Amino acid sequence: MQNIKSLKLASAVRKDILDMALISKASHIGSALSIVDILSVLYGNRILKFNNTNPKYEKRDRLILSKGHACMALYAILAECKFFNKKNLDEYGANNSLLMAHASHKVPGVEFSTGSLGHGLSFGVGLALAGKRKKNNHHVFVINSDGEMNEGSNWEAIMFAAHHNLNNLILVIDYNNLQSFDTIETTLKLEPLHDKMKAFGWKVITVDGHNHAILNKTLKEAKKVQNKPICIIANTIKGKGVSFMENSVMWHYKSLNENTHSDAMKEII
Amino acid sequence: MRTEFIKNLIVHAKNKKNIFLLVADIGYGVVEEFQKEFPDRFMNVGVAEQNMTGIAAGLASEGYHVFTYSIANFPTFRCAEQIRNDIDYHNLPVTIVSVGGGLAYGNLGYSHHAIQDYGLLRMMPNFSIASPGDPNEVKSALKYLIKNPGPSYLRLGKNNEASYTLENPKIKPGKWYGLKDNTGKEEIVLSTGTALQWIMQDKKKFFNKDIYTIPIWGAKYKKEQIELSSNFSSIITVEDHIHDCGFGSWFKEAVLIKKTNQEISNFALPLEVQYSVGKQENIMKKMCIYN
Repeated sequence: MQNIKSLKLASAVRKDILDMALISKASHIGSALSIVDILSVLYGNRILKFNNTNPKYEKRDRLILSKGHACMALYAILAECKFFNKKNLDEYGANNSLLMAHASHKVPGVEFSTGSLGHGLSFGVGLALAGKRKKNNHHVFVINSDGEMNEGSNWEAIMFAAHHNLNNLILVIDYNNLQSFDTIETTLKLEPLHDKMKAFGWKVITVDGHNHAILNKTLKEAKKVQNKPICIIANTIKGKGVSFMENSVMWHYKSLNENTHSDAMKEII
Repeated sequence: MRTEFIKNLIVHAKNKKNIFLLVADIGYGVVEEFQKEFPDRFMNVGVAEQNMTGIAAGLASEGYHVFTYSIANFPTFRCAEQIRNDIDYHNLPVTIVSVGGGLAYGNLGYSHHAIQDYGLLRMMPNFSIASPGDPNEVKSALKYLIKNPGPSYLRLGKNNEASYTLENPKIKPGKWYGLKDNTGKEEIVLSTGTALQWIMQDKKKFFNKDIYTIPIWGAKYKKEQIELSSNFSSIITVEDHIHDCGFGSWFKEAVLIKKTNQEISNFALPLEVQYSVGKQENIMKKMCIYN
């Protein structure tokens, strides 16, 4: 049953993303579609503790979208979960809109503004450290892109989190294997990522980042891990759900027109 | 200055339970007492200033007033974007403390010369720059920053500086404070930071002028400079920072918005100082006047 809920949510969010992208002529569609299932399982199945009427509720779990360019997915999830009126999604990227085209903390439910890569994990470490020091039981989820792992700041944070046993920190790496020009492996080798993170002292789980049943089980288990920060390497497909966008660098940049929007919408189940 | 800083931070931290000190593997022989007294509010993050600054923002968003501590350019330029995006944009209570402002580490070379830091921090819209001139101003500036938590930069010299200013528990940002020997002259010197030490070590340079300090300034505090300067015919700003994008430039931007008949000039370091190495006093001989 839980998976039906998150699957329905994922479908609605994908449609929202396509609508937002059409209205705003936005890019980064592929990046947003890549993380829809991860977010849908977290929010739809309430693995992430949240309160849509009181977004700053102290006992909430904190979610940081470090790959801020994929914010259409986050805004759509928050709208679907009624943090704000869904109609506001039409203002995405518009002049003077709260919904700027990188994650903005001015939007209800968004913890931290991002846009420059390599900032979210250190901030998340700070939230997790505060949780430990204040004896709050919240968890901190940080979603990084795979290309983002090029940034050295992440590795500073990775060392720190393991050294201090921040088991309330869960890093999800959206591993769609594409960055701005080409594949990860062609640009700057990240493999063996699983072993690398393990060697840094993290509990590492590699999963299919679009399989809701697996994501559901893994994300729930991640909250129970003792003594270590958790890294979930989510194998994903950039542009997931729209065949002509899948695994295409082009859809990091391209925007939709009426025809491509219509073709894309037909593919969303 | 650093001793005065840590001594006072410990005093404040006893009452303010949200003060948190992060150091980037710097502060040996200085910060241990704080660590001993407040182990739950101290962390040595290692040699990782970007991470320290991001963590500081995270802790601050959970209610802490975080002090990040390192030397020279390490807690500023090394992590400039974390300062800009994580702290300043989110308007979080993080105070970046740098020891060795100006040329305090003159003989350690260019990597340790903090002579462009004002330029970086004065561009941050929400930042207050606290640049005390002596231990008395360290105490009062720190008190202000703790009472008014927000994005801020505390630029310290090294140690054993003499005190010339009056103890003033109620300093405010953007305001000027006169030294006790002032006699109401119309021609004045306006100093910020440890440049005060340079002024006072050879006062003959400015023998017929009153001396004022401005211990806290920044992008937010330009407005009041026009009125503050209106009583004086000649103002010479002094700073241990390069002239470009420094305090004097800030001051000129602030007051020249309105047409003024005042004579304003700046004492600052020339660009050539980049390749100078040696004792602070020696490099400071290269200070230039910019009219």
